[in-house]
Amino acid sequence: MKNGSFLTLGIETSCDETAASVVADGRFVMSNVISSQIDIHTAYGGVVPEIASRKHLEHINDVIGKALEDADVSADEIDLIGVTYGPGLVGALLIGVAAAKAMAYACDIPLIGVNHMHGHIAANYLEHHELEPPFMALIVSGGHTEIVNVPEYNRCEKLGGTRDDAAGEAFDKVARVIGLGYPGGPKIDRAAKQGDPDSVAFKRVYLEHGSLDFSFSGLKTQALNYLNQERQAGRQIDVNNVAASFQEAVVEVIADKAVMAASKYGQKRIVMAGGVASNSRLRALMEEKAGSRGIDVLKPSPVLCTDNGAMIASAAYYAYRSGEKPDLELDAIPGLEF
Amino acid sequence: MKKIDKDTILLKNENDTRALGIRIADALEPGDVVALIGDLGTGKTALTKYIAFGLGITEDINSPTFTIVKEYRSGRIPLYHFDVYRLGSGEELLDIGAEEMLDGDGACVIEWADIVADVLPEDSLAIHLEYGENEGERIAEFL
Repeated sequence: MKNGSFLTLGIETSCDETAASVVADGRFVMSNVISSQIDIHTAYGGVVPEIASRKHLEHINDVIGKALEDADVSADEIDLIGVTYGPGLVGALLIGVAAAKAMAYACDIPLIGVNHMHGHIAANYLEHHELEPPFMALIVSGGHTEIVNVPEYNRCEKLGGTRDDAAGEAFDKVARVIGLGYPGGPKIDRAAKQGDPDSVAFKRVYLEHGSLDFSFSGLKTQALNYLNQERQAGRQIDVNNVAASFQEAVVEVIADKAVMAASKYGQKRIVMAGGVASNSRLRALMEEKAGSRGIDVLKPSPVLCTDNGAMIASAAYYAYRSGEKPDLELDAIPGLEF
Repeated sequence: MKKIDKDTILLKNENDTRALGIRIADALEPGDVVALIGDLGTGKTALTKYIAFGLGITEDINSPTFTIVKEYRSGRIPLYHFDVYRLGSGEELLDIGAEEMLDGDGACVIEWADIVADVLPEDSLAIHLEYGENEGERIAEFL
């Protein structure tokens, strides 16, 4: 406790970021340290797990120390530690979990394991201080594309998800196919602004009537087929047009399904989360489609969309307040579900 | 692994992929490794889905690209589905603890297996997938 505030330290190492943060009362970010490894990964065209876990190990103590320092608190003043225990890369998760357990044990602080996906949703509590469940959540990232009903703080019901590639993965793979490189999301977003979304006919995959699931793996095949066909015909390929058309095909389906889910469950708000929630076209289209049905769209600022420790702290705070028991025996679960 | 016919096959459509997946699944025993090699979009994940189907797995099989491996235990034997697209070498595969899965209680299917070929068992069932002449067609060649 400091100045009457309940302090949670959040630790996140599920994929390529080593991150830690101190959050007051589950809502107010006092520090948010992210040791991004994006420059290392760029050389390989993706996240390299071996490098990722070694880097996590190198960074973790410094990142936690800086999170405490930036918040101007000592370890003794921390009331709760939250750490991501899945889903993610096993080697990367283990480092965060081990660091959190060691600190919890040494300083006698309760420890709560957080599902990374709950964390993404909780990012919105940090941005929108009045936001409380119930609402519909849309999580779109490199590893996930999920529509989740959130009736209470510590309850999440998954209504739909991807049957093959995640949205962010489709962005990465298509960016590679059309030569834009990694990270695919921001690069396609930028290129698409200069392109015509109607120039290449990408199929919108809605699956069975009423389904809230997604399928994006066919899009990379479509992109490849289109490039081959244009090359064979000796035509110049306009990368911006391909990027814009591909992006439109992805975000249109996502926006339609998120709005459909909110309508079906009578939710008046859709909360966006995950790295792809930063996509400017998805944000615009969500507001357009939801707005016409009287549904509000909330989105965290880009720094809270990517993996960070603050969202884990917030999720841990609400889990703890909902009565979840602290657990010093916590293990990493790479394939953790909702 | 039980004996399996290794003639190169033209997969004209998804039904052919399903038939191949089931045929591979029927041959699989614990400790077997299926190494899938082929470019983006050649149907590695699709074939894996039908191998899982053939093993009687009821869970959804989606891309493990971000977690490298996903484990399914609802079938005749466990299935470890790897996608090593983001790895740099076989050594990195062993670093994430793959050894006990490669030589374990279930079968492994590995997408982009050429990246980690140096650490795969010699008796792995290696299959190369590529685009056929017509749209939707794929060629599956046993290596």
